[in-house]
Amino acid sequence: MSAAVENTRLRVFEVLDSVCDPEIPTVSIRDLGIVRGVDVCDGQVQVMITPTYSGCPAMQVIEQDIHEALGRIGINHVTVKQVLYPPWTTDWITDQGRKHLRATGITPPVCYACSEDSTETGISCPRCGSDNTSVLSSFGGTACKALWRCDQCLEPFDYFKPH
Amino acid sequence: MDIDQHRFELLTRLGDSALIMGHRLSEWSGDAPTFEEDMAMSNIALDLIGQARLWLTAASQAEGAGRTEDDLAYQRDVRDWRNLHLVELPNGDFGRTIVRQYFFDAYHLLMLEGLSRGSDREISGIAAKSLKEVRYHLRHSSGWVVRLGDGTQESHKRMVNALDICTPCVPELFEVDEVYRALEARGVVPAMKDLQAQWECQVRTVLSEATLSMPEITNPMSGGRTGLHSEHLGYLLAEMQFLQRAYPGATW
Repeated sequence: MSAAVENTRLRVFEVLDSVCDPEIPTVSIRDLGIVRGVDVCDGQVQVMITPTYSGCPAMQVIEQDIHEALGRIGINHVTVKQVLYPPWTTDWITDQGRKHLRATGITPPVCYACSEDSTETGISCPRCGSDNTSVLSSFGGTACKALWRCDQCLEPFDYFKPH
Repeated sequence: MDIDQHRFELLTRLGDSALIMGHRLSEWSGDAPTFEEDMAMSNIALDLIGQARLWLTAASQAEGAGRTEDDLAYQRDVRDWRNLHLVELPNGDFGRTIVRQYFFDAYHLLMLEGLSRGSDREISGIAAKSLKEVRYHLRHSSGWVVRLGDGTQESHKRMVNALDICTPCVPELFEVDEVYRALEARGVVPAMKDLQAQWECQVRTVLSEATLSMPEITNPMSGGRTGLHSEHLGYLLAEMQFLQRAYPGATW
């Protein structure tokens, strides 16, 4: 790989670090594991992304945001390709992503998603840190979250479902 | 029919059932018995409509006739729809929605697991993506079957009634035709006999936990996959397709 190509790739990755999920504006799409790769070939940049949930309406916005963010640093020949396989999993959320989720008030998945029946214990409140919590609804405000409540500080909170 | 036509048929069958099921569930948005269920129904609807988009996009590519996913969703008439009778059943009360959903989820998950192990890479990829979502759907609907069946006298009575209405649509789930047999021979789809046995075993277990049992099926429905539908589908399409019918080609 030539130095120029590698340089472009690094710049693209840097920009992608600044593109956030529109539903969770403090976590970047790289930290969420949505970016699957970047190819640079003959001045063309291809960004591979994978949808979190099939019906996630954020995907179109993310695609548009990638084009705009790269356009701002003069990279205009961009295609964004959706790859489905292997399917996205919360196991790809980085440690930094998990930290940012918690800081936003969303408890990150407590277990790996590869097991069929994910446990629902040890889910701690993102505000007071208590483990004394209970589920309010398995389905939350977006496809990726469930609604929980802290029985200690009594605040409701979002839980990012292992997927 | 050649392999492309078989693939087109399979992809529209999968997409149509997901889309009609998703549309039916979306009818609960703002109208479900509790706020939590309102969110659940809307979330499951969104998953299914997302899956339908993947299937119908693949179908339009397999067909190669210039039609898009939207053309397939909004511009086909009743006889061109390939969904199961089960998914077009009206919502009825919450119990009926739950029985319908449970029957579908149990079937859907087994089918997707089979497809994800199949030999067609595009189809197995979409199936692997979808089945993670459907696993969650099944947990939701089977939980409610037990809670309502083994709940109050009233909820039990309604579940018995719901089973009477939904079970005639069960034999159709496992119907095979020339298209399915050809794809089965190529290892694209799972063996229907095995799938049926697994479904019946799982459903028997959950129903028994819910103090319910399968009623005898006296008037089975048939033919949804080849375009034969109940009167309900026409009304559903009239609403779902209204915008594109009234303003052809309208975009956001």
